[in-house]
Amino acid sequence: MRNRVVITGIGAVTPIGNNVPAYFEGLRTGRNGIGLVTRFDVSESKCKVCAEVKDFDPSVCFDRMTARKTDLYVQYAVCAAQEAMENSGILGAVDADAFGVYVGSGVGGINTTCEEQNKLMASGAKGVSPHFIPKMIINIAAGQIAIRYGAHGPAMCVSTACATGTTAIGEAYRAIRDGYMTAAICGGSEAAVNPLALAGFVNCMALSQSPDPEAASLPFDLRRGGFVLGEGAAMLVVEEYEHARQRGAKILAEICGYGATCDAHHVTAPDPEATQTVRAIRQALDGVTYDPARTYVNAHGTGTKLNDQVETLAFKKCFGEEAYQLHISSTKSMTGHMLGAAGAAEALACILALQEDLVPPTIHLEQPDPALDLNYTPNTAVHTPIDTAISTSLGFGGHNACLVLKKVAP
Amino acid sequence: MVAEKVKAMLAEKLDMPVEEITEESKFSDLGLDSLDIAEMLMNLEEEFGVTLEADATMTTVGALVARLEQMGK
Repeated sequence: MRNRVVITGIGAVTPIGNNVPAYFEGLRTGRNGIGLVTRFDVSESKCKVCAEVKDFDPSVCFDRMTARKTDLYVQYAVCAAQEAMENSGILGAVDADAFGVYVGSGVGGINTTCEEQNKLMASGAKGVSPHFIPKMIINIAAGQIAIRYGAHGPAMCVSTACATGTTAIGEAYRAIRDGYMTAAICGGSEAAVNPLALAGFVNCMALSQSPDPEAASLPFDLRRGGFVLGEGAAMLVVEEYEHARQRGAKILAEICGYGATCDAHHVTAPDPEATQTVRAIRQALDGVTYDPARTYVNAHGTGTKLNDQVETLAFKKCFGEEAYQLHISSTKSMTGHMLGAAGAAEALACILALQEDLVPPTIHLEQPDPALDLNYTPNTAVHTPIDTAISTSLGFGGHNACLVLKKVAP
Repeated sequence: MVAEKVKAMLAEKLDMPVEEITEESKFSDLGLDSLDIAEMLMNLEEEFGVTLEADATMTTVGALVARLEQMGK
């Protein structure tokens, strides 16, 4: 007997809005979250733009002492979790022993690591903060969220690079579906807009080197030349369906499928045949009925030459001629690439699509690539009936993850 | 003088008015955990040029001040 799994709360901190209403308004209107890097000097960098979270106020979640002991990636995570928890009304309404936390990050507390490395260089070992390790480690967002909400179920850190958010939601979905827990907070967080991370991504040839914020994150466009580094967090409260119904929770969407595979091909480059991406999408769609003309696909759509090509091929292999009926978009055109948070933020975009029958656009798609000929929803959102939403995420290391969401009849 | 310096450092760390910190204040009541105490001792070592070890008897602001004064600071 498999449980049905639904989403009952969502929270977000993104480059286009610091909570869900602001994020959704950004998605509807095609807001561009990309700008010149403000956090540090990029005069010597080949990359001048990124998608920063703006005007983030940690006091929404933390007193000053706690904020100082908490990396920015954890602050984003906790802030998004707080919104999702308030939104779901689940606190106190779920058995704490059956309440899990599946929260990951691609990179973890790299700002903290860099600060403490500087102290080590300046003052030696005695200069390194006792808070360094528990502030930086990649599982500590999950740990901090569990502490805050007294969640005694499984708490774990999922880290599949740029697929992290999708993998975290998918693994939580499976654990609830198969009866290992009743509900969970799940999602991803990232705060890697940092000189070291930027240099690393530039040098592994992943980033757009366009200096123009209006023409840098260009998924599916002929001019695309890499992704734009983003940051933020997105969290979901996922819950067993009967539990949600019995407590009168507002159900935002149902998770109907999840697929996870690995290319086992190359550390950064996708398999050009997309074989395992196709298999992840097919796994997620197993047993799901859908009408391609009423389906939204939130593509990974990073805007690298290879990603968009391989992903388009994957959709064609999966859906055949019906691929041309799908409503596809890459919201990374607006948010930049939120790395470990991307998949979770994109699952939220799928919820928006289902709730409002609205396909968020791929902005700045002005010069279509003739080799990429599907419907990528250029430039403006489209109102059209949407019953099914698919989100794909691909990560360094060859990780492929795919989620399928559906509307739940009231 | 030592007491004033210690209280000022704690007030800054805890983001609270310095008048609320007395020699009787327990670190645990102020909301400091073992890592916070370790960090505070590191900061004091730097400030006073001494070596301090955390020990179980040093649980209040007054005990810490007395320890520093014993060390001739």
